[in-house]
Formats: sequence, C-alpha cells, structure tokens
Amino acid sequence: MNATNQISYLEAICAAQRKALVDDPRVYIYGQDVGAFGGAFKATKNLAQEFPGRVIDAPISEDAIIGSAVGAAIEGMRPIIEMQFADFSTVGLNQIINNAATLFWRTNISCPITIRLPSGGTSGSGPFHSQNMESLYAHYPGLIVMTPATVEDAYSMLLEAVAIDDPVIFCEHKYLYYHLKADKLPTEAMPVGKARIARAGRDLTIVAYSAMVHEALAVAEELATEGTEIEVVDLRSVKPLDTDTVIASVARTGKLLVVGETFPWGGVTAEVIARVATEAFDLLDVPPQRLNAKDTPVPYHPNLWAAHRPTARSIMSAVRNLLRQ
Amino acid sequence: MLQTLASDELSANVSSSDQYKATFRWMLLARLLDDKFASLYRGGKITGGVFLGRGQEAVSASLGVSLRKGDIFAPLIRDLAGRLAFGEPIVDGLRTYFGSALGPMRGRDGNVHRGRPKEGLLPMISHLGAMIPVVNGMLMARRFQKREGVGATCLGEGGTSTGAFHEGLNQAAVEKLPLILIVANNQYAYSTPSSRQFACDSLVDKAIGYGVEGHSVDGTDLGACLKTIGGAVTNARNGRGPQLIIAKLLRLCGHGEHDDSSYIDPKLRTDPCGRDCLKVAEDHLLEQRWSDAVTIESWRKEFQLSIEETVAKVQREAGPDPFQEEWQAISSSHLVEVHSGIN
Repeated sequence: MNATNQISYLEAICAAQRKALVDDPRVYIYGQDVGAFGGAFKATKNLAQEFPGRVIDAPISEDAIIGSAVGAAIEGMRPIIEMQFADFSTVGLNQIINNAATLFWRTNISCPITIRLPSGGTSGSGPFHSQNMESLYAHYPGLIVMTPATVEDAYSMLLEAVAIDDPVIFCEHKYLYYHLKADKLPTEAMPVGKARIARAGRDLTIVAYSAMVHEALAVAEELATEGTEIEVVDLRSVKPLDTDTVIASVARTGKLLVVGETFPWGGVTAEVIARVATEAFDLLDVPPQRLNAKDTPVPYHPNLWAAHRPTARSIMSAVRNLLRQ
Repeated sequence: MLQTLASDELSANVSSSDQYKATFRWMLLARLLDDKFASLYRGGKITGGVFLGRGQEAVSASLGVSLRKGDIFAPLIRDLAGRLAFGEPIVDGLRTYFGSALGPMRGRDGNVHRGRPKEGLLPMISHLGAMIPVVNGMLMARRFQKREGVGATCLGEGGTSTGAFHEGLNQAAVEKLPLILIVANNQYAYSTPSSRQFACDSLVDKAIGYGVEGHSVDGTDLGACLKTIGGAVTNARNGRGPQLIIAKLLRLCGHGEHDDSSYIDPKLRTDPCGRDCLKVAEDHLLEQRWSDAVTIESWRKEFQLSIEETVAKVQREAGPDPFQEEWQAISSSHLVEVHSGIN
C-alpha cells in the first residue's frame, strides 16, 4: 500500500500470490531472486519471510526452473514461477512448449503451473528487458495466455491462473506496475476468457490488451471531446480469445483497429483480424487495421523506444485514418 | 497398474546370484522385445521410428531393479530393460508402437515416448536433458509433501552437451535432491563420435564441478552395473544427494532401425566396451553355475510366448478414431477456443 492507501498493479500481484500461498498448501513460488530479496521488481516482497520454505530462490536456469515446475505439478503441487523478465523465458521455451504444454494432451495429466512474465517496455530497458511474449506463447497448443490491463484483473486473474489446471502464461506489464492504481482489491471477477468493454462507443472499435488498453482509452477520451465515441475492448486473455465480444462490438461500430505492443508479424492482432474477417466480414464498413510495435528489436533510447511501440499518438493517427474512410 | 516391481522381489537377504539372475531375466526380456519391435518395423507394421536398447540392457536393467515402487524413473530411448524392471508391462511398449487407442499414450505419442507419470514413470520428450529438471521438480514436490523416494533418469553422452543437462544437474545439486543420473556413453550420438561431443578425459570428472558424487562403470558387466548403480541409488536414498554415473559401452544397433550404423569404427566392436552385455551376463551365469542352458532357454521361450501373445492382442486393437478425438490440448474444457480457424 502506498501513502494514499491505493494499491498498485504490482502490489496486487504480490497480494494475489500471498492469498494463493495462504489458501492452498500446494502453492509455492520459485524463481531468481524471489526469496529474501523479494524479486527484482518486489513482486514477492516479504513472502519468503511470511511463508518459510515456500518462496525459493532458483539458480539462473530458466529451463530447469520451468522443467521442475512441470515435475512438481505432476506430483500435485501448484508452482508459481517468476521469470525475472519475460525476455528470459525463451531460455525456458523448450520446457514451456514441449513439456508443460504437451503433458495433458499426451498423458491426460494436467499441468497446473503459472509462469509470471514481467513484460513490456519501460524506456532505457533495451532489446532484452522489454519484450512482450504473448503472441509467441499463444501460438502453441496447451497454454493459457493472460494479459491483465487493470489492477483488479492483475489480482483476480493471477488467482485464477493458479487455480486453473493448465499451464498459464501470465503476462504482467512492467509499465503498469507502478503507474496503475486502484482503491481496493476486487472481491469478484469476470471469468477468464471473457473480454471486457473498457469503454462503450458506437463509431469505432479498438481491441487492445495489457498496457495498450490505457493508450486506447486515452485516445477515446480525447475523441469524445470531438463527439466521436470509440469502443475499447480489453481482451484480458489473448488465449482463450473472446471472439464473440469482439464481433459484437464490431457489429455496433463497423470499424476495427486492433492494437498490440509486440512485434507485427503474425500474433494477436493478426489473429483478431483474421477471425473478424472470416466470421464477420459483412459487419465491417471499412478494412480492419492493426497497429503493433515496429519490426525491429526494442530500442534503448527513450526517443526510439517511444516510437517503437504503439502510443496514444500513433493510435490516434490510425483511428483518424479509419474514421475518414 | 504397473506389474510387480522387480525390486520388490529383491529383499535385502537375497544373494547376489539371485539378483544377478533376476536382472538378467529383465535384460533377456528387453532384448527379445526389442528384437520383436525390429522385426515388426522391418515388416512395415510400425509407423515412424523404432529405437532399441541393444547393448545397454545391463546398465538400464540394473537401474530398474534398484528402484522401488514409489520412486521416479524418466527413461531415455534405450531403456527398455530398465522400464520393464521398473514395472512397465510389455503391452505398453507394443501399444505405443502400434498407436493403440488403449495404450498409455492413446496414439497421440509413439514409440519410446510413453509412460505413466502418476506411477512414477515419465514419458520422455525428444529434447535431451529436458527430463532432468522434471524429475527434480517431482523430488522437490516430494520434499514439500514429506514423501519419500528417489528419482532417476538416463542420458547418452551426447545429452551431456546440452544446456538442459547442465541446468538440471546443477539444480539437483543446489537442492541436494536424491537424483540418480546415468549417462550411457555408448560412443556415438546418432553418428557423432565422442571426440566431437566433449573434450574432457572422462565425463565422470563433471561430477566434481557440480559438487555431486560421480561413479564410472563398465556398462557391459552386469555385476559391476548392479554394484555401482545399486550403490548410487542407495547413496541417493541415504541423503547423499545427486549421483552421476558414467557407463562405458557400445551401442549395438543403429540410432534407430532406419540407421545401419556403418559409421561405427570397427575397432570398437572388438574393444572391451563393444562386448554384448547380454552374452557376457549369460556366460557368467553359466560359468558360475547360477543357471544352466536349459533354464535360460526356457526363459527365452517363456518370454517369446508372452511377447507373441501380446503382439497378437495389440494388433487387433483399434487405433484412435480422428473423428472421435477431442482435439483438446488443455484440461480446462471451459477455456477451449472454438472459432472458424480450427473447426
């Protein structure tokens, strides 16, 4: 809790882990620096002290960290794994996609593990501490991929991730860690797999998730002063992807912009557009558009970084272009 | 359920000759079942590859008989003998090769990729070294749950070159887990000789670097394997942490049955490491008069009959029906996606 008694997105993640540890003796936390130090971002602050033996420092071995979580899950545990940065999860990619994600299908034994990925950029973080991995993991069968955009969702969806009997890739956005605050933690939550209408509108639909929801909301706010009503759909989880809510929104607006923070080739934005185009082409008044990061590694300098990912400014430009058609 | 485990038969009081004989029987069963897999492959009855453990039975069976029910075993591709000794029924292997819907993998995975995780037998993925941390995690879970048991897994010398091997063995060492890691140095990883795989004098020297106990053994000598591997399992059980065992032997077959292994240096076949462990063990049984040719022949007949009966049964079993298949990769049915791209 901070001085104003509000709770941040990061504190919500810590609180959800605390509740999971309290509620379920099968839960433990394993990752680099998560123990007494409390994690590189303090997402496990004080938890090692509060739950002796259940919040464990791991060697710098992403493959072994995730592989061991698969084994523990087979034996009935519910590990929460912290990858120090989402970018480093590629070192554990093999265990995620070939062991965790195939286990249920191959053996009929579920694999309840939660892999927390501190995702996304802050300026100055450069190519290897800034990535968004949701499109990569959503590609593989056998994984759930969550992308919470609010403090409430960060809390309730992380609890849900631990409760789900399948491997969950939990993409928590580092930019939101400190910037996003709420008055209190939620006691109720929308079910996982359902998208949320973050703002209702009639003129154009922006589909977004994670930090991009807030960039989209800023655009909607500004355009509202001009009398244009933008509907913002927060996907909440990209897999499963709530196609129905997206199509229902497009039915209302006839115009679609999909915004994602990760690289442009394929991925979540392309998937949303493919689904709308194949299932609801007739509802579209103009060709749907997508906006992603640039097709380069994430840059270091703030000037470059700010232009690499979609922002309210670039979203505004894309929206105005669509509205003109 | 797994069959009665061989180790259950091995009470603390049985003589070394009884243990030797019992382990030899698993080796013989494995060799005969492997021969059957090979002949079914040559007859076009098996889809995909066939991978045999010929020449590695002494190492593998010695591990299998040293483990107990409730332990964990993650075999690799040449561990049929260890699987059988640990309790895998022969029908599991046949059903998995045939892709029977009744098999443990239900036609979704094949050949050596089979297991019963809830009974401690893990189905390997193809990525070498990847099963080490999975065993580690199971052992960590046991520690949380205050349950007993050791975990074992096997690798070839090629697998020691992977990052997963390093991460996994180091993790086990840091956590002081009761892990037994057997490396069968069979001289070739597919076609690549050991000289292109590692540069140290002996792989067992790696144990020092990881801070674990290391052991070397002649993988063609059943008596030595039982002593060394059995001892390492006991060490792990007694809280001495991970045990690395390097067994020297020669792969007496191709990488798979599609491979004629013409690249194997002929000199190795006459080297002591090129001995056939099954023949060596049989000769030893006869020399020591722990058994006789008639008895061994009767075992052979008994096993062949059992294999043939099982083959006949499994060949009549239906494969999976793609139209009845659920095509569902997650267990949470309410989170399965339905959209036009897949349906």
